[in-house]
Amino acid sequence: MYVSQFAVLAAVLFAIGVYGILVRRNGILVLMSVELILNSVNINLVAFGALRDTISGEVFALFVITVAAAEVGVGLAIVLMIYRNRRSVDLSQMDLMKG
Amino acid sequence: MVAQNVAFWIIAAAMLYAGLRVVTTRNVVHAALYLVVVLAGAAALFLLLGSEFVGITQVLIYIGAVIVLFLFGIMLTRAPMGKEKELDHPRKLPALLAALIVGGVTIYSVLDYFGAERLPRESRTTTREVADSIFSEYIIAFEAVSVLLLAALIGAIVVARKE
Repeated sequence: MYVSQFAVLAAVLFAIGVYGILVRRNGILVLMSVELILNSVNINLVAFGALRDTISGEVFALFVITVAAAEVGVGLAIVLMIYRNRRSVDLSQMDLMKG
Repeated sequence: MVAQNVAFWIIAAAMLYAGLRVVTTRNVVHAALYLVVVLAGAAALFLLLGSEFVGITQVLIYIGAVIVLFLFGIMLTRAPMGKEKELDHPRKLPALLAALIVGGVTIYSVLDYFGAERLPRESRTTTREVADSIFSEYIIAFEAVSVLLLAALIGAIVVARKE
């Protein structure tokens, strides 16, 4: 197997995640797109760790998974707060700080 | 080697289809379920690369915990269970352009630099090696992540609790 197989797959998933973040209006769907991006980064970390025969890639992937879990917890709490205050999770209505 | 390649392409095709569905489907619950396919595919890729512990952790934390959190979030925000029109921005072309540029540049640079580098045949790492590395070389990062998890836990409770 070539390492570029994994890297290209990760790049495509990353691009899909970027598209999702930009195009979705529901806050929860945006968080899901962020998870897609974090996963593509994890695939890269593990693949390049295997290529260079080092364990650091895996350890960093584990750290990324942990941080992603924390991010989802706080992110969903924020989305719930927005829903409680505005009765909607539509991000295009969140323009309170627009100049 | 051939079997590994076949497995890779099957997993990759499933992941790409499910990933596209996550960002295009009109049903919020379906998006979460397609995300499960992507995450399980990533776990399978980790196993294919010989990283057993990361693969198992992926299944436990992502599929076991994060997806459940997402489903709870969908339930609590009363997102419509059926189809909904106003899930996407009307202007999709700029977003598509940005995604294509990001993906194109990344793919080009990866192929340019790593185009012909093969993965080593036997690149298996055991859980023991991962644990040794975390608790010796990366012990400070490990402690920092523990504090981060505690902070996120407290932060989530403070943000989400009722006044």
